[in-house]
Amino acid sequence: MELITPGIGLIFWMTISFLLLLYVLGKYAWKPIMKALRKREDHIEDALQAAEKTRQEMKELKSEHLRLLAEAKDEKDKMLRDAKAIKESIIEKARTEANTEYNRIIESAKESIHFEKMAAITDLKNQLAQLSIEIAEKVLTEELSRTEKQKQLINKLIDEVEIN
Amino acid sequence: MIFRRMLSKTQGLFIAFPLVILSILFVAPSPVLAAGERQAHSEEAAHSSGRGKESFNAGTMIIDHVVDAHEWHILSTRTRHVSIPLPVILVDEGKVHAFMSSRFHHGHASYKGYKLETEGKNKGKIVRVIGDSMEADPNAPLPLDLSVTKNVLALFISCILICIIFISVAKAYKKREGHSPKGLQSLLEPVILFVRDMARSSIGEHHYERFLPYLLTLFFFIFLNNLIGLVPFFPGGANLTGNIAVTMVMALITFIITTFIGNKNYWKHIYNTPGVPWWLKVPLPLMPLVELMGVFTKPFILMIRLFANITAGHIIMLGFISLIFIFGNMNIFLGYSVSIVSILFAVFMGLLELLVAFIQAYVFTLLSSLYFGMAMEEHH
Repeated sequence: MELITPGIGLIFWMTISFLLLLYVLGKYAWKPIMKALRKREDHIEDALQAAEKTRQEMKELKSEHLRLLAEAKDEKDKMLRDAKAIKESIIEKARTEANTEYNRIIESAKESIHFEKMAAITDLKNQLAQLSIEIAEKVLTEELSRTEKQKQLINKLIDEVEIN
Repeated sequence: MIFRRMLSKTQGLFIAFPLVILSILFVAPSPVLAAGERQAHSEEAAHSSGRGKESFNAGTMIIDHVVDAHEWHILSTRTRHVSIPLPVILVDEGKVHAFMSSRFHHGHASYKGYKLETEGKNKGKIVRVIGDSMEADPNAPLPLDLSVTKNVLALFISCILICIIFISVAKAYKKREGHSPKGLQSLLEPVILFVRDMARSSIGEHHYERFLPYLLTLFFFIFLNNLIGLVPFFPGGANLTGNIAVTMVMALITFIITTFIGNKNYWKHIYNTPGVPWWLKVPLPLMPLVELMGVFTKPFILMIRLFANITAGHIIMLGFISLIFIFGNMNIFLGYSVSIVSILFAVFMGLLELLVAFIQAYVFTLLSSLYFGMAMEEHH
């Protein structure tokens, strides 16, 4: 029977102690704990939202980045293409110039060869004439040393003149 | 993350709730009865064997361990009792008497006209004696006993312990603001959050914060005292949460809060329950009577459930230990062999009681918060 009969003394002390405990814990434990917990939860919530926002931004940034990259690639391609064109035009130009120069040199070489040839021919002609004269002189001298022959020649020459 | 899941489990609990209540109501008293039967058996055994030098009465031993006392008994040898004397405070006929319980010499002496009754219906209480004799005065009323008994001392110790634990945790929160919990703080934080989420789901988002201090205090008070009660040595061992006075005070506070915060809708549900045929209300107010009874049975059940569960656990444990001595009185070797089984069962019960310690604290707090939630529910 004692087991199920509440004792007055214990009820008295329990009421006092429990209410006091409620007050002390409520003021010095639960209040700061709950405040800190709520603060931390808000903080975590904020951090998660910030992370989500950053992720979104990163995504945008990445697409921007990709766009820039594509642009840069295009630019590079264009530059390469241009460079190639320039290179080709330079080579072409050089080739043309070289051709012209070559032709000019050939032309001038031909000209000078022709000139030289003509000079040589003239010289040869002159020398030939000189030589012919000398030969003729010598022959004549030889021929005309004999009177008979002289007479014969003169006659012949006269004859020729007469015919003419 | 785990507690979010547990939250959904608590919602599932609402469905299983009536079942839980029923099972607790039906199961809880049965160990008490079983233990009572065992007492009867053991008394018989103790009497019939009669070979032991001092006959061992298991029933008396168990009840003595479960109820309150004016001294904190530590151990007894054949020649003397070792116990901590506690202050006795009596208010009788407008006068206050205060002295140490050691004056009673464990019930063998009277002091200032009072003695500790060891027999009869007032056993364990302090009664007035005739003159300086050891004979109780049958006509004198019982003095108002406000003594610091074993349970009161256990109550003080546990209150101080709870204050130390939670104020230091609160300090840790202030010191490590915005950081992850550490040490004791991280041990208790999940439990605090568990109670908070439970209160939120059963009271509702708008009002639950008002009741958190009470619910948290209630939960940790019951839980810690259940655990301390399982420790067999001083300062444990007092059956505080298994004392009906203690559970009564807590149930009464829940009842008072529920009654005071009850809104129009709550009282309307009691006096004029909607959705019930009119002939259940007029001319015989059957439904209002049932509902009004429910207002009182709810806290009453709270009181009985915690008391019965914890006391039953203690009784079963003590019963297993008693078995050793009952059989030991018959034959010393029988006692030794039974002790192996008894200890194994007692250990098993101890583990079960650890679970019960948590479950009962949880159930008491959950039901309190559900009653608050019901009292504040708006019409929908």
